[in-house]
Amino acid sequence: MNETYSAFAGFAQTWGLLYFMILFGIVLAYALWPKNGKKFDDAAQIPLRED
Amino acid sequence: MAHKKTNMVSLEEGGFAIFLVLLAFACIIIAGKTFDQVMAFHAGIGALFAAVSVFLIFKKYFDDGGEPIPAEIGGKPNYNLGPIKFGSAAAMFWGIAGFLVGLIIALQLAFPVLNFDLPWTSFGRLRPLHTSAVIFAFGGNVLLATSMYVVQRTCRVRMPGKILPWFVILGYNAFIVIAGTGYLFGATQGKEYAEPEWYADLWLTIVWVFYLLLFLGTIWKRKEPHIYVANWFYLAFIVTIAMLHITNNLTIPVSIYSTKSVIVWSGVQDAMVQWWYGHNAVGFFLTAGFLAIMYYFIPKRAERPVYSYRLSIVHFWALIFIYIWAGPHHLHYTALPQWASTLGATFSIILWMPSWGGMINGLMTLSGAWDKLRTDPVLRMMVVSVAFYGMSTFEGPLMSLRSVNSLSHYTDWTIGHVHSGALGWVGYISFGALYCLIPWLWNKKRLYSLRLVDWHFWLSTIGIVLYITSMWVSGIMQGLMWRAYDSLGFLEYSFVETVEAMHPFYIIRALGGGLFLLGALIMAYNLWMTVRRGEAAEADPTAAGSLAAAE
Repeated sequence: MNETYSAFAGFAQTWGLLYFMILFGIVLAYALWPKNGKKFDDAAQIPLRED
Repeated sequence: MAHKKTNMVSLEEGGFAIFLVLLAFACIIIAGKTFDQVMAFHAGIGALFAAVSVFLIFKKYFDDGGEPIPAEIGGKPNYNLGPIKFGSAAAMFWGIAGFLVGLIIALQLAFPVLNFDLPWTSFGRLRPLHTSAVIFAFGGNVLLATSMYVVQRTCRVRMPGKILPWFVILGYNAFIVIAGTGYLFGATQGKEYAEPEWYADLWLTIVWVFYLLLFLGTIWKRKEPHIYVANWFYLAFIVTIAMLHITNNLTIPVSIYSTKSVIVWSGVQDAMVQWWYGHNAVGFFLTAGFLAIMYYFIPKRAERPVYSYRLSIVHFWALIFIYIWAGPHHLHYTALPQWASTLGATFSIILWMPSWGGMINGLMTLSGAWDKLRTDPVLRMMVVSVAFYGMSTFEGPLMSLRSVNSLSHYTDWTIGHVHSGALGWVGYISFGALYCLIPWLWNKKRLYSLRLVDWHFWLSTIGIVLYITSMWVSGIMQGLMWRAYDSLGFLEYSFVETVEAMHPFYIIRALGGGLFLLGALIMAYNLWMTVRRGEAAEADPTAAGSLAAAE
């Protein structure tokens, strides 16, 4: 029982952390990538452009 | 559909008609054979609703000769506004009903005689009626209506289907009727915010899957290449609520003729699933969905784009990945393992980041246009809403810490916290959205009266402040009285002494709730007069076409 817990916790505390950090890194890279800037500025105008 | 089937019933019309006819017959059989009076009543309602829907499908078919509705008129999208109008009106109706029941139960706590010694009017039955009415009936209709509006406008395309959007909005409201009457008659699973019994849950699942298809179908057909951030939040809301709802309601009915059902897991596992559901109902229903409203309606009303689109992307992904883990903080000091409750608290603290990132993004959208707060009470309402969002998402993680929770849990502090989020954030952003939406939907130049919006704003703001502050004082006092010992180690106060001490605060809370209800009544009058008497906006062929199509 205890071993199941420590194995599970060990996995979560290493690989789980890494998984979250990598995902967050990907999101940050996508959001902050200079080339995407124009696309995002354009997207921000979508609600105002209609009518 | 591309090709015209002028005289044939379309697959959509026929499919829904057959499904509803079968449903009506199944309901009649169940109503006839059941031994459970509540089931008989609900099956009767189900049969009636299904039969009326089939009639409406064919009436519409014979009225317009099965002519498909054009997706565009004069090169402009022919937006489908009918179901949105229904949803906004239903939201206003259920909102007032829900606030009223809230006021009644607040008064019951102060004056128990108001329970009237009847089962149907007891606090235990009215309390879930209040929570479901405000969250699922009011909030749900606001989310359905605004999501249908926003996804069409930001994708620049009419949502698919002739019957489908109506099925979603009417089916959802049928669920509300079944659930609400069920509570009054005593049919409940006893799970907070998931009280409806198995057959209501099953019906909601069907409606929700069609809602997802409707939303995805609109995005699929979009003319705008980029999917605007508000649609991401709506989609996260729809998908996650489906997942939560199905998992937390994996019950086996005692019999198909019975309202009772039993959940497949038991004990602490059931508690964990329940609060995984419960907290994410807050995270994805009351937060993600209403953040979508913030990301569309605040830029629209302030007439400037969102402060940082980049931040909105980080906000979205961080919020949905972190929220899902925070549930265990509802179960501190229970049979739940301590590591799980620590995990819940840790993720709650991490949630400060996306929550405040989102709040800053919403507030800073006003930068350079702060003067509008002075002249536009609708915008002011939405900005105050975002400020309340910041406040309650700051308070929540604090309360999720075990040391704070040991004082706050089971006290009125929790109630105050929930209402700063519910009245302040969800209520105000919904009011703001409806104040914007109603003139747009009915093609009016402006609201009937901005002065009345001002009255609504100030009355309900004073109401919220009275509510929250009284519950803070009452809750902390209650928590401290519970843990007070005398010099010999005995408890200083009996339970009933704490109840007595809270009486004045219960009255102040009811006063706050009364002011909030009064504000909502003023709003309903204002919206009604906008629709009836408002000055028509200049002739817009798109809007006129969609009005005709909506009839």
